[in-house]
Amino acid sequence: MARDVLVQASNLHRHYGQHHAVAGVSIRLQQGEVLGLLGPNGAGKSTTMQILTGNISPASGEITIAGIDLLDDPREAKKHIGYLPEQPPVYRDMTVLEYLRYCAKLHGLRSKNIISAVDFAMQRCGLTDVGKRLIGNLSKGYQQRTGIAQAILHQPSVVILDEPTVGLDPIQINQIRDLIRELGSDHSVILSTHILPEVKIVCDRVQIITQGKTVFEDTLEDLERSHGDPVYLMGFESEIDTQKLSTLEAIDEVESLGFARYKIHFNGQPHMADTLCKLAFTENWKITELTPQSSSLESIFLDLVHQEGQTA
Amino acid sequence: MSVMFSIAWTEFKRMFSSPLAWSILAVLQFVLGMIFLVLVQEFIEVIQPETAGMDNAPGVTDTVVAAVYLWAGIIMLAVMPILTMRSFAEERMNGTFTLLRSSPISVTDIVLGKYLGLLLFILLMVVLISLMPLSLQLGTSLDIGKILSSILGLILLLASFAAAGLFISSLSQQPIIAAISSFGLLLFLVVLYISGKSASNGSEIFVYISHFGHFLSFLQGLFQSGDLVYYLLFIIGFLVLTIRKIDNESLQR
Repeated sequence: MARDVLVQASNLHRHYGQHHAVAGVSIRLQQGEVLGLLGPNGAGKSTTMQILTGNISPASGEITIAGIDLLDDPREAKKHIGYLPEQPPVYRDMTVLEYLRYCAKLHGLRSKNIISAVDFAMQRCGLTDVGKRLIGNLSKGYQQRTGIAQAILHQPSVVILDEPTVGLDPIQINQIRDLIRELGSDHSVILSTHILPEVKIVCDRVQIITQGKTVFEDTLEDLERSHGDPVYLMGFESEIDTQKLSTLEAIDEVESLGFARYKIHFNGQPHMADTLCKLAFTENWKITELTPQSSSLESIFLDLVHQEGQTA
Repeated sequence: MSVMFSIAWTEFKRMFSSPLAWSILAVLQFVLGMIFLVLVQEFIEVIQPETAGMDNAPGVTDTVVAAVYLWAGIIMLAVMPILTMRSFAEERMNGTFTLLRSSPISVTDIVLGKYLGLLLFILLMVVLISLMPLSLQLGTSLDIGKILSSILGLILLLASFAAAGLFISSLSQQPIIAAISSFGLLLFLVVLYISGKSASNGSEIFVYISHFGHFLSFLQGLFQSGDLVYYLLFIIGFLVLTIRKIDNESLQR
């Protein structure tokens, strides 16, 4: 079944003086999809997101959100968007509860739904304990969460998050990533980041932007399949005889990383982990670590960004 | 529509969550209290004995009450810019303006909401100021009509200050710049009045353009529809300019 296309933006342009910040980016987002926008600093990710949320108008291009033209009917279209900008848009002199209630009103929620919507968003973002505290007195992480709560408050079909995990501690980062995954099941999410592993964990599809242009776009599944050798990272209690590993047909190369850890490049044969374990068992190597490593996204990213940097 | 009111109410409440509103109200009340005291004393010790027995002598309403409102208007030249500076400049500086921009509300709702919030504060200030002259009612009889006209005049004057300040704030990224510029604009209009009244080459048109000239006739108890229309045009003009400014901001230049 074809899923609804919630965001359809084509050929967006925006200049800042001489600087062509967004030069023909197109974005397509289906229901229940998490799209990661990747790019180095100043690539135009934030500008693209500002355009998608109606904060700035594109010089040219078209945007439809849930079938509504954002430029023709911004008020209707914005009802379907939840947006967390780079800097969480929180009033430091309000409490979390006051702030979220205000946001709910801004989004036109009816007063009888406001309390439950605020409760729900606070629960989801782990804000229940700090509801009565002033936002200005909260840590950066909690301010960030308040910003996310504000973005999902009105249950928008499209959630747009600009670097949502900046300034959070590792536990919070995990919680937020889980939250984004969860959101991805019933909403559609666009998030920008420059943390590559984050994209792998939460995104279905990735779009790399440099210097205002899309230079790469693919689903993560296809990406893993088509680019780069699959790699396993293995660690043992003591050094092993790498010759024995190399006898396996599927293995292309074994790289020693020192301290009995090895990087194993292979040809992508299925059940490789199992084969490796069985070999280790028969040879009586004590495994301490076995991690699949797909460095493909990273290498693509570096290649593309590097190339662009040279041609510019 | 209801969004507009919740913006107004939140703006009003937020003023009180910082010490700003409280200190403004306190300082204003203290200064005007002193002025009121001096005026009342002067009336009792000097004016009243001199004018006793005169026909149609100036009463306490003319000498004390009108003067208090005039002083209030003058002090507000400096106070209103501080209140209006935050409206847009501060939101921009803190990145909170994005919240309003991304919400499904029109720019008109945002601007009018903020303006209404300021009006609420202005009403509160005028009520507090009016308590002083009205307290004279305990000891003497006042010309209530004149007081009402002064109150209306002050409200209109402050509302016009607020509209101008709101517009200046919408042009600026930094609250301080907004405050200084609005103060400059308001003072300029007063200077227009002074130059219009100047003995050498005064011109009625300057007096007409200045918002202060229209305020003074309210203080004399004169309610002229021309003055009312002047203030309404002034306010609507600046609000429309603000809406257009905010509306055009997102466009590619």
